[in-house]
Amino acid sequence: MNFDELFGNFPALTITGLEQGAIYALIALGYTLVYGVLRLINFAHSEVFMVGTFTAMWTWQALGYDQNAAAPSLGPLILALIAGLVVAMAASALTAVTVELVAYRPLRRRNAPPLAFLITAIGASFVLAESFGIGTRRAPFGQADLIPSKTVFTLFGAEVTNKQLLILGVTLVMMVALDQFVNRSRLGRGIRAVAQDADTAALMGVNKNRVILLVFVLGGLMAGVGALLWDIRFNYTKFNVGFLIGLKAFAAAVLGGIGNLRGALLGGLLLGVVENYASGLFGGEWKDFTGFVLLIVLLMFRPTGLLGESLGRARA
Amino acid sequence: MRQKLARVLGGVAIGALVFSGAACKADSGSDAGGSKAACDLKIGFFGPLTGDAAGLGIHMRNGTKLAIDQYNKDNADCKVQIAEYDSQGDPAKAPALAQQAVGDSKVVGIIGPAFSGESEVADPIFDEAGLPIITPSATRPSLSTKNWKIFHRGVGNDTSQGPAAGRYIKNVLKADKVYVVDDQSAYGAGLVDEVKKVIGSVAGEDKIQVKQTNFSAVVTKIQSSGANVLFFGGYYTEAGLLLKQLKGAGWKGTMVAGDGVNDANFIKVAGEQVAEGTILTCPCAPATAAKGSFVTDYKAAFDNAEPGTYADVSYDITKIMLEGIKAGKGTRADLLSFINSYNGTGGATGVTYKFEANGELDPAQVLVWAFKVNAGKVVPDIEIPKA
Repeated sequence: MNFDELFGNFPALTITGLEQGAIYALIALGYTLVYGVLRLINFAHSEVFMVGTFTAMWTWQALGYDQNAAAPSLGPLILALIAGLVVAMAASALTAVTVELVAYRPLRRRNAPPLAFLITAIGASFVLAESFGIGTRRAPFGQADLIPSKTVFTLFGAEVTNKQLLILGVTLVMMVALDQFVNRSRLGRGIRAVAQDADTAALMGVNKNRVILLVFVLGGLMAGVGALLWDIRFNYTKFNVGFLIGLKAFAAAVLGGIGNLRGALLGGLLLGVVENYASGLFGGEWKDFTGFVLLIVLLMFRPTGLLGESLGRARA
Repeated sequence: MRQKLARVLGGVAIGALVFSGAACKADSGSDAGGSKAACDLKIGFFGPLTGDAAGLGIHMRNGTKLAIDQYNKDNADCKVQIAEYDSQGDPAKAPALAQQAVGDSKVVGIIGPAFSGESEVADPIFDEAGLPIITPSATRPSLSTKNWKIFHRGVGNDTSQGPAAGRYIKNVLKADKVYVVDDQSAYGAGLVDEVKKVIGSVAGEDKIQVKQTNFSAVVTKIQSSGANVLFFGGYYTEAGLLLKQLKGAGWKGTMVAGDGVNDANFIKVAGEQVAEGTILTCPCAPATAAKGSFVTDYKAAFDNAEPGTYADVSYDITKIMLEGIKAGKGTRADLLSFINSYNGTGGATGVTYKFEANGELDPAQVLVWAFKVNAGKVVPDIEIPKA
């Protein structure tokens, strides 16, 4: 164990951990929303994210930013970011909706048992990842560094960069917006009603299928934002990029309490930070190990996660 | 009586058939030695053709394909086929592919496996079947210590590459603070061990995982260690991502890495500005400066692509097997003994291929080069002198 490494770099490890955790959180939202309403773990969500990373990259390439391009000035940069964001969100949401319509809705109509959904979810995940794998010859893709890292200020000796502020800021804004949408809007009330009791909600005139579709759209939009932030942060994508981050995001959702939107944020940030501390303390090879040990230990004491399952139980 | 006659006639007929067959073959045989070339055989190529490290594998496959295509042009009546086994560089995928190669009785030799990790699981299967292999690129030293009869290595191993990289860091870069990182693969970890032996104390070390994308923790550690040189043991995808994040965090040092990063795809992942100045070693000579007509033939055959790392080695070792097949060594056992006793100079590399009992290339033939990333291309820098 290397305590010097951990405590010497504590602020830096915290900030980069929060940055990574923010991306986990955005993807965790997709798992949590779908689970909250359908009690279904949508394993294909990791591929919804992957589609977002590719489409954002292709948008940038179409605008002339390949992996060797220099960083653009502010005007074109904002244009590129907005174009990438819109395309990634649209593509991710479209993928999520397609999975729902093709893979899940027909099963629901036939009252399939939960296990059938689970296998279908895994199958959909494979089909999407492999079709991208074959289409891209499983090659890794580098991208332009559109926003070169610049230190904005120093906090306890750790340099905080513009990228980190952007990622954390965007994540918090998306979180608050989604939270408000679910808790205050009419459509959000429909989501909560179906999460609480789908049959009663249907009797009260809530269109269940429309609500479920909305949930997939919301999850896809969040994954699209996460994908764009991922591209900005790592300038890289690949057909199986969703696999590990999907598992982590799912773990983050469970950690915070699956079905709970604020829990997803808390779980994501916590997981990102703990992973970084573990890398400092034990070495990089223990990174994934520690994250999942934390999950298991926490679930022993709080089986419903940190904040508990609450999408359905939120105030009506 | 009648039965007896039928037997005699039958015997005569069979004899005539055999004789005429032999006569026909003797006519068409052009070999002065008298032994006829074995026909309708396959040489397997085993390595990544898709996936994270496919860039390395494709050049080797191209080298092998070029050699076989040229052979087939000269021996149109007795062709050899290439059988491709795309491992994706993944040790988990290798055993099934190795079984598939072993099960195809027409496959008499394997060029590969390309990487050390997949070699460790595939070579025992080849060994059991007596299927001879020559690897153009798996450089982990311990591969030759496992008593596999079928194992041959067409290049030096990491006990030559690692120390040479260490000497380059010490004598050419004159670095005082070196940080080492490996990807925990059979190849990467082994290479880092050899480098550490030469440079002595390191400023720090860490491990990453293959397929990892977020290197923020290791970036922080390298930054705070004050290292001015990073040695990375692993393959190009992780190397490109790590370097990009490291330079993005403001690191000004130089990365040095081995043959697993020595590929144009490294620059694709990292981007040209980030990759600039990176030093890449290889226990091989520059393929772009290969001898004879290799470079022009390669470019003509593969869309004007520059031959990549080990393309020339693959070409030469494939020719060893083709020479064996031409000399009539049509079985796995015959080809194995042919390779074991081989002693000849490769047309592209100029290396004299002669294998020791454990399958290693004659140490006198091993040379290590350093390459440098310059304006988006990997260009030869210097041959690293032996200690």
